Amino acid sequence: MAAITTLSSASFDETVGAAMKPVLVDFWAEWCGPCKMIAPILDELAGEHGESITFAKLNVDDAPDIARRHGVMSIPTLIVFKGGEAATRIVGAKSKAALLEDLAEFL
Amino acid sequence: MTGDVGPATREIAIIGSGPAGLTAAIYCARANLTPVVFEGEPSSTSDQPGGQLMLTTDVENYPGFPDGIMGPELMVAFRAQAARFGADIRTEKVSRVDFTQRPFRLWVGEDPSGEPALSAHAVIVSTGAQSLMLGLEAEERLIGRGLSTCATCDGFFFGGQEIAVVGGGDSAMEEALFLTKFATKVTVIHRRDQLRASKIMQDRAFASDRIEFLWNHTVTDVLGDEAVEGIRVRHTGTGAEQALPLAGLFIAIGHRPNTDLFEGSLAMKPNGYLITEPGSTETNVPGVFACGDVQDDVYRQAVTAAGSGCMAAIDAERWLEAQHDASHR
Repeated sequence: MAAITTLSSASFDETVGAAMKPVLVDFWAEWCGPCKMIAPILDELAGEHGESITFAKLNVDDAPDIARRHGVMSIPTLIVFKGGEAATRIVGAKSKAALLEDLAEFL
Repeated sequence: MTGDVGPATREIAIIGSGPAGLTAAIYCARANLTPVVFEGEPSSTSDQPGGQLMLTTDVENYPGFPDGIMGPELMVAFRAQAARFGADIRTEKVSRVDFTQRPFRLWVGEDPSGEPALSAHAVIVSTGAQSLMLGLEAEERLIGRGLSTCATCDGFFFGGQEIAVVGGGDSAMEEALFLTKFATKVTVIHRRDQLRASKIMQDRAFASDRIEFLWNHTVTDVLGDEAVEGIRVRHTGTGAEQALPLAGLFIAIGHRPNTDLFEGSLAMKPNGYLITEPGSTETNVPGVFACGDVQDDVYRQAVTAAGSGCMAAIDAERWLEAQHDASHR
């Protein structure tokens, strides 16, 4: 099962910019209930679709600069980066089926 | 109970996983009824597993936690306790019910036309309530972009900015106070000239030098294309409108019960709350019980929800025993 990569302010640009595959970044924080609800779903998706998409997460408490730069104003926010550019943005917690639908073009 | 092909029939199904549903699950599981709990699916805008406490911050009035506890943390603990005693918790949302025949049948998922997911001899309904929205066109566009129903989730992003909270109850005060940790100014917009919040919350809000009040106003529009830039408000008396520049708007104007699923199946009050027998959790359908906010438009507290969840479990257990005795007589 593919693991979820933990990003930081320092590693974000390199990981997201240099990736060949699309990178899904989960902007989350410890104090966010809905973030905790979708965490197990993202674990499952990483296991099932880790070959198509690199799954990563960024704690906004540790990296408020990155969150601000990408206009994150609500968490959970999932942004899929392709070639370093934000290609899709999913705001708010959703079911696995709804996430799969949103991510279909990258799978 | 014979000739029932398809899904296995279980003793009891619980729909919803807030304090009421999970307390019912703990009691049912400990009574060896191995309840199936349909906890719902994650969402930031409607009902979700764990219920409304998943979108709150400090819970200071739940007994047993002298220093308070975070809402999501409390619900994770409720869930773990139910799971420990064998509750079968499924992250699925019930999309259709049939209470016209026994065992009762429940469907999940988008397409409720096929085989039911489960049938059960008794059902406990604990689907709770969800935040009301303003009903403005701009809401759809700006939710998560400065418009929020969850101060805990989104307050962090408004450091050093000016924002507003709509509402006059305890939730609105709780959100406003929480948001003063980040925002430089929080304007509470309320359609009346006094708050409905409890005395202690009012006192705290009035004492904060970062909270201002805009009385007798309603929000008529949220401005901004990519993100919230301001709102329009209208005076409820004079009808005068004005625009307020703001970076964020938090909505806490009350709740509506999650009872769409039971339309036509269970008796409801005109406001949509389920009707239960006074002093019990019985609905108008024998074998279907209701607890928590879905049937409570008066108290609406985590602890009253938990208390009524316990009542529902005991009522259901006794009802099942009576059915069992009757069928063996």
